[in-house]
Amino acid sequence: MRQDSPIRQAARQAEARPLDNRSKHLRRLVVEGLLGGGRGHIGSSMSPIEILRVLYDEVMRFDPANPKWPDRDRFILSKGHGCLAQYALLADKAFIGRETLATFCKRESILGGHPEAGKVPGVEASTGALGHGLSIGLGMALAARIQQRPSRVFVVMGDGEINEGSVWEAAMSAGKHKLGNLVAIVDYNKIQSYAFTDEVQPLDPLPEKWAAFGFDAIEVDGHDVEALSALFRGLRYDGDRPTAIIAHTVKGRGVPFAEHQPSWHHKNKFTDDEVRAIAAALEDA
Amino acid sequence: MRNTSLNKVHELARRDSRVVFIGSDLGVGTLKAMKAEMPERFFMEGVAEQNVVGMAAGMAMDGLIPYVNTIAPFITRRCYEQVAVDVCVHNLPVRLIANGGGVVYAPLGPTHLAIEDFAILRALPNMAVVAVSDAEEMKRLMDVSLDWPGPLYIRLAKGGDPVISQPTDDFRIGRAILRRPPGRVLMVATGATTERCLRAAEILAAGGVESGVLHMHTIKPLDVGALLSLVPGRDLLVTVEEHLLAGGLGSAVLETLVDAGVSLPKVVRLGIPDAFTREYGSQETMFETFGLTAGQIAERVRTAL
Ligand SMILES: Cc1ncc(C[n+]2csc(CCOP(=O)(O)OP(=O)(O)O)c2C)c(N)n1
Repeated sequence: MRQDSPIRQAARQAEARPLDNRSKHLRRLVVEGLLGGGRGHIGSSMSPIEILRVLYDEVMRFDPANPKWPDRDRFILSKGHGCLAQYALLADKAFIGRETLATFCKRESILGGHPEAGKVPGVEASTGALGHGLSIGLGMALAARIQQRPSRVFVVMGDGEINEGSVWEAAMSAGKHKLGNLVAIVDYNKIQSYAFTDEVQPLDPLPEKWAAFGFDAIEVDGHDVEALSALFRGLRYDGDRPTAIIAHTVKGRGVPFAEHQPSWHHKNKFTDDEVRAIAAALEDA
Repeated sequence: MRNTSLNKVHELARRDSRVVFIGSDLGVGTLKAMKAEMPERFFMEGVAEQNVVGMAAGMAMDGLIPYVNTIAPFITRRCYEQVAVDVCVHNLPVRLIANGGGVVYAPLGPTHLAIEDFAILRALPNMAVVAVSDAEEMKRLMDVSLDWPGPLYIRLAKGGDPVISQPTDDFRIGRAILRRPPGRVLMVATGATTERCLRAAEILAAGGVESGVLHMHTIKPLDVGALLSLVPGRDLLVTVEEHLLAGGLGSAVLETLVDAGVSLPKVVRLGIPDAFTREYGSQETMFETFGLTAGQIAERVRTAL
C-alpha cells in the first residue's frame, strides 16, 4: 500500500462535505455550456472549480473592462479541455456575457472546446494541446521580470498532462530562473483519459518531484476554499523559488455519479435523466 | 472507422506475434479485448507522444511491428522529430493511426485539427501516407499494413462514413482506385472527400457534364501511373482534400505531373486556405465553409469549365 500524505487523506475524508452555493452556481454555469454545446469535458471542468474560484475571487488582479491591462496577473489553463471551468469564471466576472456560455462549440461561437486567445477576453494563450502552458507561463514570468511588472503567473495543469516531457523541461528552467512569480498548479484528480493515473502513469511521489526541480511544493485540498485562499495569500511571489501546488481534487466533483469516474472525462450526449440528475445535484442548499 | 482499425490491430496481433499496440492515454475501454487476451503486447502509456513514438521505434528495431494510436495532431506535430528521426531515418515498420484526421474535431478548435498532416508527413523520406474513405476500406488497408516494409501513417475519418469502397477493389498501398471513369473532368480525391466528389459527379452528370473520380487513398507513394494514364485529354483536373492547400494532395499531384512533363489541363485545387480555422461547429459545417460539400464542388467544377 502506498503511504498517502496527511493532506491527501484529509482531502479524501472531506469529500462528503457539501459544496457551498457559490461553488454550485459556478458548476451550473459549466452545465449551461455543456448542454448548450451538447458535449464537453465534464469531469475535467468540475475538478478545478474551487482553484479557479479562489484565484478569480480573491487572488488575481485583473480588469474585465480592460483584459489586456499590462500589470494584470496571467492565468493559463494549460489543461485546455477543462475550459468550461474557465468560461464559467469569465462569465461570472463579466469578461464575457453569461448567454455566451450556451453557444459553446457552435459554429460562430467564441467559445470552442478548447480556449483560444484572441477570441475569448481573459484567455491568455490558446491551449488544448497538453503540456504547453508551463513553458508559456515561464516566458510570461520572465517577461514580467524584465519589464519590471508586478504580474504573477498561474498555470493550471492536469495530472495526466504532466506526463508530457515538456512540462518538466519548463519546470527545470523555472527552477533555474528562480521565478518566484510563477505558480504551477496540478489539478490532481487521479484520473486521466483512459483510467486512473496509478494505472496509466503513476506520478507519486508528486510533491517530491516538483521540489527536486526547484519548486516550493505544497499540497492542498483542491476543493477547500478556505485552505486554497490561505495558501495563495500566504505565498510571497517575490522569492527565488517558483511554487508548485499539488491540489488534491475529485474528477467530476459536484455531480455524484460522475465523481471518480473515468467514463465521465468527456461526454457528447446526455440522457434526460442525466440532465435532471445533474441539475438536482447542483441546486442551492 | 476507429473501432474497425483498432479491432484489426487485435486481429493482426493474433495472426502475427510481432504486432504490438501502443496508445497514448486514449479513451476508456480502448481495445479492452486485446488487453485482456494479450496484455504483454498491449501498452497504454501516458500523455507522452514523443516517448511512445520513440518507444515504438525501439521495439521495431528489434523486430516488432508497433501500431501506435492517438489523436492526429499529437501523433504528427507533437512528436514530429521522433517520427522523422527515430522512425523514418531508420526506416522502421511503425504504424501511426491518427484519430480525427482533417476537421473531424471541428468543435475542439485548431489544436485538435490535422489539416497539415499530409504535408508534413509526405515531406519525410520513407513514410507512406494513407487516408481511406470508409470502414470497409480500412479493413483492407489494415490487412495489407502488416507487410508494408516501412513507416506508415493512417489517417482516420470521422466514423460512420458512407461505404463507397468495394470488396473487389484489390486494395494496395500506393495504387489509386478509379471510382468513376472520367469525361471532360477528372477529380482526384482522398479520404472523406472521395465520397463528396462521387456525389458531385452525380450532380454534374445530371447537368450533362461527365466527370471521373480517382480515389487517391495513398498520398505517398503517389500513384504516378494512374495520373499519367488518366489526366491527358481532360479539360479540367480538380483535386479535392480535407487539408490545407499547401503541401497536400493537390501539391503532390501537380508536382508529379509537372515532373513527368505532362502538359496540364486547367487545374483547380480545392482544400483549406492558408489560415487557422476560425470557427467550431462540425466537420460538415467546416466543409461548407471551405466549399467542400458535394454541391459546392459541383458548382466550382461548373464555373471552372
Ligand atoms: C498533447 C496532447 N495529447 C493528448 C491529448 C488528448 N487528451 C485530452 S484530455 C487528456 C487527458 C488529460 O488528463 P488530465 O491532464 O489528467 O486532465 P483531467 O481531464 O483528468 O483533468 C488527453 C490525453 C491532448 N489534448 N493533447
